[in-house]
Amino acid sequence: MKQEAAVDVRGLRKAYGKEDVLKGLDLRVEQGTVYGVLGPNGAGKTTLIGILSTLLAPDSGSVRIFGLDVVRDADAVRRRIGLTGQFAAVDEGMSGRDNLVLFGRLAGYSAKTAKVRAEQLLDAFGLTDAAGRSAGKYSGGMRRRLDIAAAMLVAPDLLFLDEPTTGLDPRSRSEVWDIVRALVDHGTTVVLTTQYLEEADQLADRVAVIGGGSVIAEGTPAELKASIGSGSIQIRLADPKQRGEAEQVLRRVLRTEARLHANPAELSAQVSDPRQAALALTELSEAGIYTHQYSLGEPSLDEVFLTLTGRSARAETLKEENQ
Amino acid sequence: MSEPQSKMLAALNLRERPPRPSAPQAVLTFIWRSWRKTSGNAAYLAIDSIIFPAVFLLIFTYLFGGAISGSTGNYLQYLLPGMMVYTVTTMTVYIGINLKTDIERGVFNRFRTLPLWQPAAIIGTMAINLVSFAVGLITTLGLGMLLGFRPEAGWSGVLLSMLLVMLYAFSFSWIFACLGLTVRKTESLTTMSYLVLYPLMFTSNVFADTSTMPDWLGPVVAYNPVSLASASARALIHGTAGTAAMTTTLISLGCIIAVFMPLAFQLYRKKSK
Repeated sequence: MKQEAAVDVRGLRKAYGKEDVLKGLDLRVEQGTVYGVLGPNGAGKTTLIGILSTLLAPDSGSVRIFGLDVVRDADAVRRRIGLTGQFAAVDEGMSGRDNLVLFGRLAGYSAKTAKVRAEQLLDAFGLTDAAGRSAGKYSGGMRRRLDIAAAMLVAPDLLFLDEPTTGLDPRSRSEVWDIVRALVDHGTTVVLTTQYLEEADQLADRVAVIGGGSVIAEGTPAELKASIGSGSIQIRLADPKQRGEAEQVLRRVLRTEARLHANPAELSAQVSDPRQAALALTELSEAGIYTHQYSLGEPSLDEVFLTLTGRSARAETLKEENQ
Repeated sequence: MSEPQSKMLAALNLRERPPRPSAPQAVLTFIWRSWRKTSGNAAYLAIDSIIFPAVFLLIFTYLFGGAISGSTGNYLQYLLPGMMVYTVTTMTVYIGINLKTDIERGVFNRFRTLPLWQPAAIIGTMAINLVSFAVGLITTLGLGMLLGFRPEAGWSGVLLSMLLVMLYAFSFSWIFACLGLTVRKTESLTTMSYLVLYPLMFTSNVFADTSTMPDWLGPVVAYNPVSLASASARALIHGTAGTAAMTTTLISLGCIIAVFMPLAFQLYRKKSK
């Protein structure tokens, strides 16, 4: 029998007033994996996490966490999930230690066990020295660690990390990544939203790109990269005035749109086959367009992202124009 | 694997899943939370529950006593029960501010994703507010006694009137709890407290006997809940309480609680950022 999915979302819709945020979103996250949800600001990532973690009610569609309905079985769902928000959800008016004791007791530990657990987690997250200080006076990284520690008082089966490293310095960011990896080693399923493609690349087994309220691409980071071609060719021209011509040559040979860079002498295009790239370069020199420099590389998730969201935005515009 | 990570795995290793906290457990935990937060801010508690009540009692007694009742001693006999009501009324807005602050901070989201009886969060805050009401009442009464106030119904009258004023403050707090869960900005609550509470308090019988007021103000004063509460407190503390008037007061307060307490729970449950 197939294992129950950690998250199973079908046809999820949510609107705020007249504004549709989620328009029939489908998502499936297998147990024991890290799932990345990528999307630009305002794509509906936080709304999605809010619904998955029982904070918001869906307008329609089915949302199941380990087979449990988030609306009807909200309490049972809450027993299996942990949430750490974009804005760390700790009580700023209390010390770090009191925060962990509070959340420990609310998770059902006795007063004594809650204190023991608080000390364990303070130690594990390197917060023992700051334990007595008010959480409101913590640095961003410390607050985030306290927040994650609070979500781990009872190791959740499913942890939602809503932009866990937004606004963190690189060192704190890699600390958070270490924590996520340790959690996954331990069997926790993680759903992570992020704007940082590097983060998804580093952590996620599978990634969904959200745009315009639905999933526009889904797969492993490698699949996503492959889906837009095996790589891209970057070209720097000797004479910026020839960029228009060069663009036409690339379009004809590679049958794809070239991207014009900020530097007026540079442009790039996707290529699915390195041989095509060689052909394009030959055609360019035959047309009398001299290249200063060129390189061929694997696309970054950044490029995937731009291609996907850009393409999707164009599709939306076309649809509207046709209507 | 680095040392902090293995420490983390060790901290994670407790796979036991504690039982869902019972409603009383959750309430006790939230009371503890409010207590820790309040005791960390003892200065604010002292200002609200001790200094303000004392200052206002002194001001009203000595500034207006002679003008209103001919002597400060006479006036204090009339004023003090009303001042008990005045003291707690100004404090009822705090529950709204406390709840609103929690919602604005992310901590509300964490409470909402825990498998607990959700109203516990409100009740815990309310419980600590009751403590500060009690401290405010004891300050007012204690200082009043020092200034020469004599409860004509003795200590039982004092106790009954204190209980009544507490019940009054408790019921009013639910209104502000609902407002705290509805307003967009915390500042709106403070504004509302000035716009609503102060007119209510001054168009009541707290400071002056209603028979001295113009006729058109009569109904306003009579149906003002502040008047109801202070007239009842006065009657209880001086032993002139009639059954009919007391019943009216208790039923009115009961109605406020019956409407606004479930409404506050409902608003809290439905609240989303």
